[in-house]
Amino acid sequence: MIYSILFLPLLGSFISAFFYKKIGEIACQIITSAFVVLGAIFSSLILIETIKTGKVYQLPLFDWISSGSLKLHWSIYVDSLTAVMLVVVNSVSALVHIYSIGYMSHDPHKPRFMSYLSLFTFAMLSLITADNFLQLFFGWEGVGLASYLLIGFWFKKESANNASMKAFIVNRVGDLGLLIAMFLIFKTFGTLTFSEVFSQAATQSKNSVYIFGGDYNLITTICVFLFIGAMGKSAQIILHTWLPDAMEGPTPVSALIHAATMVTAGVFLVARCSPLFEYSQYALNLVAFVGATTAIFAASIAIVQTDIKRIIAYSTCSQLGYMFFAAGMGAYNVAIFHLFTHAFFKALLFLGAGSVIHAFHDEQNIEKMGGVWKKIPLTYVLMLIGTLALTGFPLLAGFYSKDAIIESAYFSKSLFSGYAFVIGIVTAFITSVYSWRLIFKTFHGKYNNSMSFDKVHESGPVMLIPLLLLAVGAIFSGYVFHEIFIGEKTEFWGKAIFFLNHVEHGHPPMWLIILVPTLVISSIPLSFILFLKRKEIVESFVSTNKPIHTFLVKKWYFDELYDLVFVRTFKNIGTFLWQKGDVNTIDGYGPDGVAKIVKKISEQASKVQSGYLYHYATVILVGLSLIITFLIFI
Amino acid sequence: MNFPILSFLTFFPLIGVVLILLKRGTEDTTSRFSKNIAIIFSIINFFVSLLLWIKFDLKNLGFQFVEESKWIKNFVSYKMGIDGISIFLVILTTFISPLCIFAAINSLKKRIKEFLIAILIMQTFMIGVFCALDLFLFFLFFEGGLIPMFLIIGIWGGERRVYSALKFFLYTFLGSIFMLIAIIAIYWNMNTLDVVKLMESKIPDNLQYWMWFGFFISLAVKLPMWPFHTWLPDAHVEAPTPGSVILAAILLKISGYGFIRFSLGLFPIASHYFANFVFVLSVIAIIYASLVALMQKDMKKLIAYSSVAHMGYVTIGIFSFTKQGIDGAIFQMISHGLISSSLFLCVGVLYDRVHSRLIQDYSGVANIMPKFALVFVFSSLANVGLPGTSGFVGEFLTLIGTFKVNYIASIAAATGVILSAAYSLWLCKRVVFGEFKVNNHGEALLDLDKTEIIILFMLAVLTILFGVYPNLILEPISSSVDLIVKNIGNIK
Repeated sequence: MIYSILFLPLLGSFISAFFYKKIGEIACQIITSAFVVLGAIFSSLILIETIKTGKVYQLPLFDWISSGSLKLHWSIYVDSLTAVMLVVVNSVSALVHIYSIGYMSHDPHKPRFMSYLSLFTFAMLSLITADNFLQLFFGWEGVGLASYLLIGFWFKKESANNASMKAFIVNRVGDLGLLIAMFLIFKTFGTLTFSEVFSQAATQSKNSVYIFGGDYNLITTICVFLFIGAMGKSAQIILHTWLPDAMEGPTPVSALIHAATMVTAGVFLVARCSPLFEYSQYALNLVAFVGATTAIFAASIAIVQTDIKRIIAYSTCSQLGYMFFAAGMGAYNVAIFHLFTHAFFKALLFLGAGSVIHAFHDEQNIEKMGGVWKKIPLTYVLMLIGTLALTGFPLLAGFYSKDAIIESAYFSKSLFSGYAFVIGIVTAFITSVYSWRLIFKTFHGKYNNSMSFDKVHESGPVMLIPLLLLAVGAIFSGYVFHEIFIGEKTEFWGKAIFFLNHVEHGHPPMWLIILVPTLVISSIPLSFILFLKRKEIVESFVSTNKPIHTFLVKKWYFDELYDLVFVRTFKNIGTFLWQKGDVNTIDGYGPDGVAKIVKKISEQASKVQSGYLYHYATVILVGLSLIITFLIFI
Repeated sequence: MNFPILSFLTFFPLIGVVLILLKRGTEDTTSRFSKNIAIIFSIINFFVSLLLWIKFDLKNLGFQFVEESKWIKNFVSYKMGIDGISIFLVILTTFISPLCIFAAINSLKKRIKEFLIAILIMQTFMIGVFCALDLFLFFLFFEGGLIPMFLIIGIWGGERRVYSALKFFLYTFLGSIFMLIAIIAIYWNMNTLDVVKLMESKIPDNLQYWMWFGFFISLAVKLPMWPFHTWLPDAHVEAPTPGSVILAAILLKISGYGFIRFSLGLFPIASHYFANFVFVLSVIAIIYASLVALMQKDMKKLIAYSSVAHMGYVTIGIFSFTKQGIDGAIFQMISHGLISSSLFLCVGVLYDRVHSRLIQDYSGVANIMPKFALVFVFSSLANVGLPGTSGFVGEFLTLIGTFKVNYIASIAAATGVILSAAYSLWLCKRVVFGEFKVNNHGEALLDLDKTEIIILFMLAVLTILFGVYPNLILEPISSSVDLIVKNIGNIK
């Protein structure tokens, strides 16, 4: 069963890529979807079994690399952490596969699209089922590849090509961190297998390593580099710039890769490496700081964007920040819980947005929508559910996980717990505001599009049924699973997540329990007024605070800065090295220079051989007299 | 005495050459005959070389399939043999040669007979180089290979072929002189040129430094290492596609092989002494060449600079003196042989149809040539070192091995993974993706034909196979590498 979970998507991808001419487009869509649906069902069974019995699977497949003491296998490792991820990945992937059948119905390259989706699923599964760092890295790069291919799926679009390239290269910066972490681990631990590394963590925790001109704690150094990797994949501030651009890809891709699964790989990595992170308070502080900062930073941008997908993308960025700061507080299980619930409501929001875009015939600007909630009621209701769940409306999924994160900050005594706590609450409020802004601008108010109103249409059942299922997840996943994931007495995580110091649970004070829901609920009428009834308030605020607004619209100028500092600089250096280094210096003084000198000398030499008798006679005469002089005087 | 399989492999292609030369008739019949002969002989050679793999004794630390006979009394012996370090280089040569012959037949229009002769002679020299266990014999093959390559560039090359061919020849020839001097010095001091005997006896310390340097210059030019690399882009640009493939896939590997066999094997003390020096040059090569590759306008030049960068991983791995580093270096050589062949063939495919190598002349090729686009993007990603392809294993092993001994070199070299992604993907973006637009001859653009598909498909399958199950290579080379690591470790 486990084997089929992993390899069916690969098989599906392969069939869809190479045999689509033989079996036809529809068969490709059915085969790939069916395989992943099967995987989703199996994954749920495994999760149920893990919850009941705590069973851990370790199935070696075959050797991968063996070079001296470096011995690595391909294998499938499933513990409770993996089981949770399996359900997230496979269920969202299955729904996205089905949804894509409808969403891509007008695209001429359906088999290719399905093939990429399945390839992605395979890579993601091999990431989460890894039992060593290198296989994790294989999956890590594999999802990067799939993401690259899918963002650039519409390869005629210049912007899509740029976005896909940017995603891959920025991710590679993070990957470099992960690579260095692996090098360090291998050098000091002598192995890359998780269980062997983690079992040595305690004994190595006092060791230090000499790197970059100083002695640092070994575990801290490793964790910092691991986290750099996580930052790249999970689009944390500094390495976040690729994620909003990644929205150039088809919407199902955004839902699957850039909301529910791939971008959460960084959180998964931190949770998986909790036995290391637990020994480095410094690294945890860094994780918390970066996470919290990203949470508010991305939310601040989301509030001014006008592209429906970009808003949700920044929202994803911000929610990932939440997950990281939970992990930074040492509450890995809370982080994974938020990852789990977030997958459902964020995929729901994205696919809902896809349905809206479809309804408006590829319009993505929310300023050009509005007033259509009666026209596309199902999409509207589903988007509402997603929004409520995201903002943490009581009893929906996000409520349980987000409150748990804020509470974890409240109880934690680490350096940035106060910082994270405040940001957590403020960001929850901003999240709510930008989410309702999206809803009101998209569905309410005046119809603002040039297209005739009658053409706006509801999507077909192939697209709506996956949305319905996700909505079920967005409503109930928090309520059903919170005891298992983050309950006080839960034994679910077993050895999958390691807690050095038992996380305090305690009971939060009444004001905290009430504060966040109050903020969330009060933001609804507030947004209603600001973005629908009294738009002039926002407009006047914008016109009086132009610089701030522009700063946010321009996304804090990260793209411009990077373009200046990295892209152009490297291009200039490249040109300089080529023209001045290779052509002028090496060739100029090397082969070409030598050739020139030889030529010059031979030209001079050839002048001597002029052929005139009197030239030769003079030379002989001068020579003779010199020799005679020489002989006489010596 | 057993069947002299190595001599057979080496000289069998020459028999083909003789047959081609003996054939008389119209140009049409001779060229058809030469095509058949070249294909048959190279394929037979490939299958015979597979026997090496099958019969190779994994446990044997020394040389296998050894053949020895006196040649010049007390001076040179004809001694051949292979071990884990050379076996796959021999097989790589016999594998790439038929591919080149097919590619040549498919794309070359003029003087096909002479071209095939050049390739077959080339094959002889290249196999000989990897098998020779006598320094003089090695040098003969080493230098001999220059001549057919010189002709391939000079006769079948592009517009600036004469300049490039001369540059190639003079550069490498000048380098070789230093090796020749070192070899002569070794003979004077040790009275033998037998590699096995030299490895067992210890060359005096003070001599090692000079000889190491003599070999180094020669090998560094051929590899090529920065700053001796500028002949390579020119040679690649002007060479016809099959020539580029041989150059990148096989010729560049001689140096890597030479470093392991001679620098590490014969001059271990000097190797230790100069290791950091090599690290510096390798790191410069990786970063410098990657940055230069980024800005190239000519596809072949871009790939040539990328080769320089990838060879940097080879040298850095070798001079880490660790098991993983040297394993990785050998692996990287094989892998680069496959991947760069594939990339050069891809550029050849475009060049055959449009007669331009300039990136700006292409855009959105994927619209018309989906199969080609698949192969090209795949090869580029393999070149980037995506896990699951052979490119990753080589880079990863060399870097993890180097990290053990010199973390700065390793981290600096690892930045190459970002830069390689940048230049490769940017190339793909400009050539393969986008709206379809091809300057002149655009209408002639057809997708891959059968021969091209078969060739590229084989390379791609091997790239994945070795990426997923690299032990196919790592296991046979293991004992030989262990021995080298042990020997050089004893010096410390």
